Amino acid sequence: MADVSFQDVTKEFPGATVAVDRLTLDVPDGEFMILVGPSGCGKTTALRLVAGLETATSGAITIAGKNVTHLSPRDRDIAMVFQNYALYPHMTVYKNLAFGLRQRRTGRAEIERRVTEVSAMLGLDELLARRPAQLSGGQRQRVAMGRALVREPKAFLLDEPLSNLDAKLRVQMRAELKRLHQQMDITTIYVTHDQVEAMTLGDRLAVMRAGKLQQVGTPQDVYERPTNVFVAHFIGSPPMNLLKATVAAGRAQAGDLSIELPHVPEGPCIIGIRPDSLSLAQGEDAPAALDFDIEVIEPLGGELLAHGFVNGHLASPDTSDEMPLLAGASESRAEITAKLDGRLRLKAGARVRLAVRPGEVYAFDAATGDALR
Amino acid sequence: MESGALIRADRPLDLEAVPERRPRRWPFSPWHFFLIPLALMMLMPLVWSVVTSLETSSEAQRFPPVLIPSALHFSNYVDAWNSLPFAHFFLNSFLYSLATVAGNLLFCSLAAYAFARLRFIGSNLLFVLLLVTLMVPFQVVLIPTFLIVRNLGLIDSVGGLIVPNLCGVFGIFLLRQFFQSLPVELEEAARIDGASRLGVFFKIVLPLSAPVLATLAIIQFMWSWNDFLWPLIIITTPEHSPLQLGLSMFQGTHVTQWNLLMAGTVMSQIPMLAVFLLAQRWFIQSIAYTGIKQ
Ligand SMILES: Nc1ncnc2c1ncn2[C@@H]1O[C@H](COP(=O)(O)OP(=O)(O)OP(=O)(O)O)[C@@H](O)[C@H]1O
Ligand SMILES: [Mg+2]
Repeated sequence: MADVSFQDVTKEFPGATVAVDRLTLDVPDGEFMILVGPSGCGKTTALRLVAGLETATSGAITIAGKNVTHLSPRDRDIAMVFQNYALYPHMTVYKNLAFGLRQRRTGRAEIERRVTEVSAMLGLDELLARRPAQLSGGQRQRVAMGRALVREPKAFLLDEPLSNLDAKLRVQMRAELKRLHQQMDITTIYVTHDQVEAMTLGDRLAVMRAGKLQQVGTPQDVYERPTNVFVAHFIGSPPMNLLKATVAAGRAQAGDLSIELPHVPEGPCIIGIRPDSLSLAQGEDAPAALDFDIEVIEPLGGELLAHGFVNGHLASPDTSDEMPLLAGASESRAEITAKLDGRLRLKAGARVRLAVRPGEVYAFDAATGDALR
Repeated sequence: MESGALIRADRPLDLEAVPERRPRRWPFSPWHFFLIPLALMMLMPLVWSVVTSLETSSEAQRFPPVLIPSALHFSNYVDAWNSLPFAHFFLNSFLYSLATVAGNLLFCSLAAYAFARLRFIGSNLLFVLLLVTLMVPFQVVLIPTFLIVRNLGLIDSVGGLIVPNLCGVFGIFLLRQFFQSLPVELEEAARIDGASRLGVFFKIVLPLSAPVLATLAIIQFMWSWNDFLWPLIIITTPEHSPLQLGLSMFQGTHVTQWNLLMAGTVMSQIPMLAVFLLAQRWFIQSIAYTGIKQ
């Protein structure tokens, strides 16, 4: 049990790829930290730096207050679960579980005790004599977890551990992971792509982009108060709708949507509206409303997703690139998504009027993408 | 036919579903017309040597060869065994083969692992240089090797046979290619689990390489067991000679005792057969290991 911290850590690969760029992050003892970000943003690299499988180009990594930047993996006393599990194919499940303990010269009786305990906890008792090839995907996943747990390491690193499982098993293992963490209380760093895992599993969330840390906070915090347009767009599913707007006299104008934004400086900006902040407007003259041409409807049961077009310009979550305007449109159109009540009988091709729930509009600087409050 | 009709009724438009006429079954495939004569051709020398080993000396000399001996002279085997120090030959051949197999397995795999996984300056250049030496014929390095072995004081000894053959470039190449194909996460997992570099090598990499190690062992065993030229160069005493060189002693300047030579040859091939049978089992076992979807 220990805290893990990155201090100004940079990892460059040959060929001038900066996989992790001046990362500073503290994971206190016992915390479940989630690392999210788009593919290639350096999540795996950050995890491998903690494990000692990569060495930082600069900066320091500490585990339990001890600088481990240049220690080999075996001297760091951490455990890692790989995306493809990396179970030793020539060993039985028992030996897979016991391997780490044997390497650390644990006594035979103690190994037996811990393997039995962990395999009971994960429901692996029946499988101890099998080889990995004789296990299902979910069982392999458990063995991989067990192999990490049995060592009682200082910290627990998981790289997309559930991504190879089918949807149902993933939900089940997600709950189990949460239960295990509550039970064991080991410092955990968990890399994922999955929105649900990111929002539900962790105590805190760290969002990365192109090697740089964007924001750290509780999932609720990051969701409700994103620091910039990238985080706002990345966290939440379906993603936030982003429109180009112009602010004048305390009101932002985006296409035919006009909303009050008293604290935002005059000039161009980006406004963000989450799909769930939209609803059907009550009456013709509802405030903060806009016309929406429905193109596709995805019923989800209790709710439905409506994809369609409104007047206005789409803004990109990546402030460095300009989104091309849709070709052929005399007045420009922006595609947005709304999450509406599933009982509504809406048809594709229809035009409806959507209202934005007051107070649920985000504003971002048009040039830097930083949140404006 | 009943089920065929049903299928057609279910999908009237699916013309492909018409049951296929089964081709008439021969008890063999056309390939056998080609393979059986080829197999006979390959077997011929073997059969001939076994037959010769059971003939009298005069039958063995006759031309055209006598393929059905008048009587089976198993005594040839006893005579062959007694006329030369065969026990020594066998012992020397075993020492030579087993030592070079062990040496190659150990040293080649260590070198191959370094080439496959460790980053060091010039590793690729060094590897290419090693490969280049494969193209140098043995005759070219024969004399330098002889001089080195002489300086080591190993001329006319089994040690002189073994030492230059403890590690071969072919083995390094074969194993490196295999090691590179192993998933690197397995090794990383083991290092995190607390294994040292050598621990990873011996406990993870080698056990997973059983099929390729068995291949290398067989190839090296065959090669050492059948080696003739190098022993011919450095061995002078019959007691220090391995089998292939020893057998040549039946070939006198004036007469060759073909029946005894063949008896000796047949005996000399028995261990090879044993190695094959043994290794075959290994092969199958190791394929069962590696047939793993990750
Ligand atoms: N061994 C390596 N050599 C060179 N570049 C590398 C190496 N490993 C990773 N990179 C690069 O570093 C960047 C970050 O990679 P990393 O694997 O950490 O991304 P990731 O966030 O885990 O992505 P994903 O979600 O797809 O797994 C990528 O641009 C990748 O190409
Ligand atoms: Mg990754």
